[in-house]
Amino acid sequence: MRKVSIALAGAAIAAMVAGTSALADGHLEKAIDARNAQMTLYSWNLGMLGGMAKGTVEYDAAKASAAASNLAALSAMSSQGLWPEGSDSTAMAGKTRALPEIWSTYPAVAEKGAALKEAAAKLAQVAGNGLDALKGGVGDVGKACGDCHKQFRMPK
Amino acid sequence: MTGPMRRMLLGVAVLGVFGVAAAWSLSAPTRIDAADLPAHTGDPERGAALFAIGGCVSCHAAEGAKDADRLVLSGGRAFKTDFGTFHAPNISPDPEAGIGRWETVDFVNAMKFGTAPDGSHFYPAFPYTSYARMRDEDLLDLWAYLRILPASDRANEPHEIGFPFSVRRAVGFWKLLYLDPAPVLTVGEDLERGRYLVEGPGHCGECHTPRSPIGGPDLSRWLGGGPNPDGEGTIPNLTPAGKTISSWSEAEIAEYLKSGFTPDFDTAGGSMADVVANTARLSDADRLAIARYIKALPPVGPAE
Repeated sequence: MRKVSIALAGAAIAAMVAGTSALADGHLEKAIDARNAQMTLYSWNLGMLGGMAKGTVEYDAAKASAAASNLAALSAMSSQGLWPEGSDSTAMAGKTRALPEIWSTYPAVAEKGAALKEAAAKLAQVAGNGLDALKGGVGDVGKACGDCHKQFRMPK
Repeated sequence: MTGPMRRMLLGVAVLGVFGVAAAWSLSAPTRIDAADLPAHTGDPERGAALFAIGGCVSCHAAEGAKDADRLVLSGGRAFKTDFGTFHAPNISPDPEAGIGRWETVDFVNAMKFGTAPDGSHFYPAFPYTSYARMRDEDLLDLWAYLRILPASDRANEPHEIGFPFSVRRAVGFWKLLYLDPAPVLTVGEDLERGRYLVEGPGHCGECHTPRSPIGGPDLSRWLGGGPNPDGEGTIPNLTPAGKTISSWSEAEIAEYLKSGFTPDFDTAGGSMADVVANTARLSDADRLAIARYIKALPPVGPAE
């Protein structure tokens, strides 16, 4: 009887430790930070291209190509570990706007990611070919961003 | 029974009958006759522009419809609200499943008074509190455009609403409180176009203005943001007291309504992505008019 109690207590402690580490090591927060950083880099590079497209920044073929290549690289990055189960707007309210539908309708979100990758690769090819080519490409990348945000991001 | 007692009971009964009669008449749907319509031939081309600002597609096209399918107003999208689940109806020109049998005046009555051709009330999930501010001529143009869109034979499903909201007649009392075609803000002539687009066909207030416990717009907090009426999250406060867009310039707001890009190159998301797909079709002048009106809004502070 005593042995059973000790075994049970041990199991309970083990479970507690395991549970605590899963909750407290902050790996979900770290993943959210990392993917937010990726989003910031998207908007940083898109900002340069969008400024040129809008005419607030003078068009420069070399700079446009560099920013577009960055976007293409960002969209082609492996997303491993960035979107762990449980890092959604319900489970982590206030920390992320990533809707649970990302996980419940998977792989729908992966299709959106593939569409962005394609649009960004095309933009990288044409961004240095003049302002009109740039404008069209930026619009398509924006549509790909918006398409995913529409379905999978909670309003502010 | 004594004389006074009898007279009192009689009095109560008479009052009761009057009360019921008054309630019945107060809650009666409003409608106009065909003879009340202005002499104006609907112009489908102008109607197409109103269709874009009205955002009919966002609710009445099938979920996820793309390109040409966005013009098939088959309905079917579900809207989960605090009052129950509403299903957007088929408003394509199909004579059976859609509204192909409607007369012009039926459409005007629906848009201005929220009254169905059979004389019943529509639920205000259909934003007629905003559309009521539209000009009759514009409604006739919009109707002319809706008539030439493709038909769909998708059958409607009933709304799923619990008591007491399931009593349609009671919507008449709601309308007494909230259906008012008067403009919300008093503005100068230079802001009139923007006001018309935002307060009327654009129906921005339906999401960006918070609602009372019975679902009416709280005009004292006009465009002050609030809980998302159709899901999680918060809808941004558009006034100068809000945090989201108060730092944006007129040109930046107009750009957002065109490309969906925010000034720091995030993109519109959620139901606003659908809105931008529609506002992208407006003229630059109209987008700028909207932006100007937004910049002129009276500040609405954070909710208590």
